[in-house]
Amino acid sequence: MYTLTKNLKFIPILLLILGIVGIAIGFSSAPHTIEEVKELLHDSHGDGHGNSHHEVAVKDSHSGSHHEVSSSHDSHDSDAHYEHILHQLHNKPWASLYVAALFFFIISLGVLAFYAIQFVSYAGWSPLLFRVMEAITAYLLPGGIIVFLILVASVLHWNHLFVWMDPELLDVTSDKYDALIAGKSGWLNGSFFLVRAAIYLFFWNLYRKYAVKFSKNQDAEPTGNVWYKKSFKYSAAFLVFFIYSESMMSWDWIMSVDPHWFSTLFGWYVFASMFVSGITVIALVTILLKSQGYLPAVNNSHIHDLAKFMFGISVFWTYLWFSQFLLIWYSNIPEEVTYFITRINDYKLPFFGMIVLNFLFPVLLLINSDYKRLNWLVVMAGFIILFGHYVDVFNMIMPATVGASWSFGVSEIGALLFFLGLFMFVVFRALTKTELEPTGNPLLEESKHFHY
Amino acid sequence: MASKVVHAYYLDDEVLLDAVKALKIKHYHINEVYTPFPVHGLDKLMGIPHTRLAICAFLYGLVGLSVAATMMNFIMIEDWPQDIGGKPSFSFIENLPSFVPIMFELTVFFAAHLMVLTFYMRSKLWPFKKAENPDERTTDDHFLVELNATDDQVDDLTSLLHASGAVEVNLKEA
Repeated sequence: MYTLTKNLKFIPILLLILGIVGIAIGFSSAPHTIEEVKELLHDSHGDGHGNSHHEVAVKDSHSGSHHEVSSSHDSHDSDAHYEHILHQLHNKPWASLYVAALFFFIISLGVLAFYAIQFVSYAGWSPLLFRVMEAITAYLLPGGIIVFLILVASVLHWNHLFVWMDPELLDVTSDKYDALIAGKSGWLNGSFFLVRAAIYLFFWNLYRKYAVKFSKNQDAEPTGNVWYKKSFKYSAAFLVFFIYSESMMSWDWIMSVDPHWFSTLFGWYVFASMFVSGITVIALVTILLKSQGYLPAVNNSHIHDLAKFMFGISVFWTYLWFSQFLLIWYSNIPEEVTYFITRINDYKLPFFGMIVLNFLFPVLLLINSDYKRLNWLVVMAGFIILFGHYVDVFNMIMPATVGASWSFGVSEIGALLFFLGLFMFVVFRALTKTELEPTGNPLLEESKHFHY
Repeated sequence: MASKVVHAYYLDDEVLLDAVKALKIKHYHINEVYTPFPVHGLDKLMGIPHTRLAICAFLYGLVGLSVAATMMNFIMIEDWPQDIGGKPSFSFIENLPSFVPIMFELTVFFAAHLMVLTFYMRSKLWPFKKAENPDERTTDDHFLVELNATDDQVDDLTSLLHASGAVEVNLKEA
C-alpha cells in the first residue's frame, strides 16, 4: 500500500491555491470596455513589444473579417480594431483555462488508451505498472467534468472560444453571415456539440470504471482468470470506440475553434500528443514511486521500455505534425494556409520552439539505449516533452481564440498550476487506494522477470 | 597441457541460457555459442561487450542527412533553380520543408545500408565465404556450445553438460 509523503500532501494543495489566485487575477484584470483596452495598449506603447503587438493585431483584424476592411472611415476602423482586441482579451483567461484543462485531461485519456492496449496485446512487460496507469486515469472523471463545464459555458456564450457558436453567423440577413459555418451547422451546433461531448465522456469513464473494477476483482479471485478475460473484451471494445470518438473529440473541442480550417489527420495528431504525454507521465510517476522505495520489482528494463515509447511516439508526433504542415504549405490554398500563417506571424516562438521541445530534444536525449535507463535523464526528457506538448495544445487553441493578444502571463501560469495541483491531488490519492502490484494478473510474474 | 574441444548440443534456447549460466558459475571458458536465431540475453550471460553498431548507425545517419542537404542545395538552388508550385524563392531555408522528406529518406538509407555493410565486415562475412559453424544442425534447430577443457576437466565438464540438459556431447582433440 502507498502512503502519501508530507510533500505530496502539501504541494498539490499549494498549487491549487496558487492556481485559483492566478485564475482570479486573470479574470478580474481582463478589460471590460474599449476605453480600458485603449489605456492598456497606450501604456505599453512605449516599448517595442507594445508597438509590434499593436500592428500585428491590426493586420489580424483585417484578414479576420472582410467587412471591416471595406469600411474605410479612420475613426470607425480603429474603434472596430479596439473592440476586436477587447474580445480577444476577454477570451484570454477562458482560453488559458481551457488549454490547461484540456492538456491534463488528454494526458489521462492517453494513459487510458495505453492501458487498454496493454490488455489487448497481452503485454507481459507492463502489468507491474498497471496500478500507476489506473491511478493516472482517475483524473479522467474530474478532468472530463471540468472540460465539459467549460464547453457548456461556451454554449451559454459566457465566453467566445468557439466562433461558430455566434448565432448571427447563421443568419442570412445579417452582414456577419458566414456561408461556410452555416453549411457546417448540422454538425457544429451547440446542443449536438454538448450531446457528443457527453457521449464521449460517458463511455470513456464507463470503460475506466469497469477496467479498474475488474483489475481489483482479478486480485481478489485470480482462479480461472475470469476478470482478466473480461478486461480483455472490454478493452478491445473500448479501443474501437476510442479511435473514432477521440478523432471526433479533436474536431469538436480543438479543430472547431478554427471553423473554416480543417485537416484530415488532425485526430491522429492530437492522439500522438496525448499518447506521448500520457506515457511520459507514467514514466515520471513510476520513477517517483521507485525513488520513495515502492514498486521494488520495477527494474531499469521497464524504464527503458517506457523511454523507448517516449522516444518513438515523439518521432511519430513529429511525423504527423510535419505531414500536416508540408501538404498545406506546399499547396498554399488560402483558406488552409492561413492556419499556419497566423501561427508563424504571431506565434513564432511557441510554434517553432515546440518542434525543438517535442522533436529535437527527445531525439537527442533519448536516442542512446543506455540513456533510456538513466532515471534522471528520463525525468529531464519527460519534463521537456510535457512542456512541449502543453505548448502544442497552446498553439492549437490560442491563435483562434485570442489571436495576436496572447502572452504567457498570470492567467496561463495560474491555470497551469491549478490543473497540475488537481491532477497530482487526484492521481496520488488514487494510488493510495489499492495495492501497487496487481497480484492477480496472470502476466505479473513475466513482468517481474522482464529483463532486456 | 593436453586439451580437448567440447561440443555440447541443446534443443531449446531457454535450456541453453540456463546451461550457459551454470557453466559461468563453474568458471568454464566458453569459446563460442552457435544458434539458429539470435537468443535474447545470451550476449549478456557470456559477458560479450555491448555492440557499437548503434554508434555507427547514428554517424551514418548524419552522413546521409548532410549528403541529402548538400545534394538538394546544389540541384534545386545553385545549379538549376526551379519554380515548383509557385515557390520560386531560390533559397534553401525557404524551400526546406519540401527537402525534408528527401533528407529523411537518405538518412534512413545511409544508416541502414552502411550499417549492414559494417556488420558484414565486422563479422568477416563476404560472398563465397565458407561457413565457420562446426555443425550444420546449428542452422536448423540445434544450439551448440563450444568449450575448451584440459584432460583432467573433461569428465566433470561432460557430466555438468549432461546435467544441464545437453542432448549430445562430442569431444575432439584440440
